[in-house]
Amino acid sequence: MTVTAERRVERIAADFPILARPTSRGKRLVYLDSAATSQKPRAVIAALVDYYEQYNANIHRGVYEIAARATAEYEAARVKIARFIGADVSEVVWVRNTTEAINLVAYSWGNANLRAGDAILLTELEHHSDLVPWQLLAQRSGAELRFIPVDERGLYVLDDLDELLDGCKIVAAAHVSNTLGTILPLDTIVSRAHAAGAVVLVDGAQGAPHLPVDMKALDCDFYTFSGHKMLGPTGIGVLYGKRDLLEAMPPFFFGGDMIRKVEYAHSTFSDPPRKFEAGTSNIADAIAFGVAVDYLERVGMPWVREHERLLTAYALERLAPFERRGLEIYGARDPELISGVISFNLADVHAHDLASILDTEGVCVRAGHHCTMPLMDKMGWAATARASFYVYNTEADVDALCVGLEKAARVFGI
Amino acid sequence: MDDFYRDYILDHYRHPRNFGELANADVEAEDLNPLCGDQIRMQLKVDGGRVGEVRFSGKGCAISQAAASMLTERVKGMTLAEIAKLSKDAVLEDVGIGISPTRMKCAMLGLRVLKSAAIGELAGWPDEE
Repeated sequence: MTVTAERRVERIAADFPILARPTSRGKRLVYLDSAATSQKPRAVIAALVDYYEQYNANIHRGVYEIAARATAEYEAARVKIARFIGADVSEVVWVRNTTEAINLVAYSWGNANLRAGDAILLTELEHHSDLVPWQLLAQRSGAELRFIPVDERGLYVLDDLDELLDGCKIVAAAHVSNTLGTILPLDTIVSRAHAAGAVVLVDGAQGAPHLPVDMKALDCDFYTFSGHKMLGPTGIGVLYGKRDLLEAMPPFFFGGDMIRKVEYAHSTFSDPPRKFEAGTSNIADAIAFGVAVDYLERVGMPWVREHERLLTAYALERLAPFERRGLEIYGARDPELISGVISFNLADVHAHDLASILDTEGVCVRAGHHCTMPLMDKMGWAATARASFYVYNTEADVDALCVGLEKAARVFGI
Repeated sequence: MDDFYRDYILDHYRHPRNFGELANADVEAEDLNPLCGDQIRMQLKVDGGRVGEVRFSGKGCAISQAAASMLTERVKGMTLAEIAKLSKDAVLEDVGIGISPTRMKCAMLGLRVLKSAAIGELAGWPDEE
């Protein structure tokens, strides 16, 4: 990293109060688990407090001043999200998280469109959240589940894509793999799926936080993501859907705030997105998610991608010498092909033991199957340790990871 | 945690005692920790009401495997009723040092499986946590 780039990251890191708090062992907190959840900048935390302290009121009905303000801020956050992903505001549905968004599509769109003999095409890299809802849809509808294979480096093998798309109604694939960082070849998948008459849902849980995304350019039909992985709070996420698809879909949850007119015997429903937003919404977190997106726009998503690309390259370079001592690095090992995620194991040290030892150095990494058990089985990995990067991570964080690896090697006599 | 990975823990991890499969086991059980994927299978041969032979197999972290290995050494000669009454303190005593709350499930997996084997059911025991 150049001095200017390093200064910039240091300034960003200073916006995250948690990163200034030492661990109980007095170590600097080195947070390398942003693929699980990101840290939150001061502005996002302040937005939550502001709502509860200054204008806490329910939305879409109160006529008094603070209710009007709550409604305005909540809907303004939706406008921010729409701008951030290049969508129309009517195409942005608030949900709890990516998982809820995928379940919504699998039930609402899936039940209405899938029949016995149809196919659902997933990939071998999917997180359980983008696998299990489709397994259940396949069971309900009699549709067949198919998978785009990956090679031993976790890269997609598209040789049989047209055969896999034959009879397929929907393709659901992760924009970025949470386990290996593999970036989906979206252009190819979307254009060929559309040519075959299938709609495409992109699980953007690891995409929207790390890559510039524009719905018009990507041309996918659904895109799902979670606020908490992109500097926002937990409990708020987004389902993007093309307007004509959302209009044709039946609601998923029923109740207040999603209706047009209710009589004792029957009801009519609002237009999208509100017909999918039954009950009191997660108002504070939606507003704070808007502030998180403001922050990312100020930093600039092209810069985020470039920063993570450079940091991944640096990490791969710094980790390489450990290979002589049994470090195995999984995935493509090419910063152009992956987002900021590196999975690894050190000799016969189990990933959980490795994570425990790294923790003693203040280094937070994930260990386990990363909610991709079928992938782990296919690759023959019992568990891996995973380091993932975001806007606040520095080369010093990677250096701290290496210090932790040295310690683990020493403890285990490697 | 800093000093958890002592030599004897690593020794049990790399050279587990009573590891393998038992032909004609009288009692057996296995379980996994779904969050981390640690797996343990325990088999017992009972002679005259007491554990004659014991074998465990599985995979997982040093803590889960070493704790299970040490447990197999402890239970030889015990009755099933005694095994059913084993508490987590027995495991903590064997491993000898404090275990952080996040790793407690790893340390106790072998005990949970062994007790399940002893009482012939997988239902949890109130003192397992």
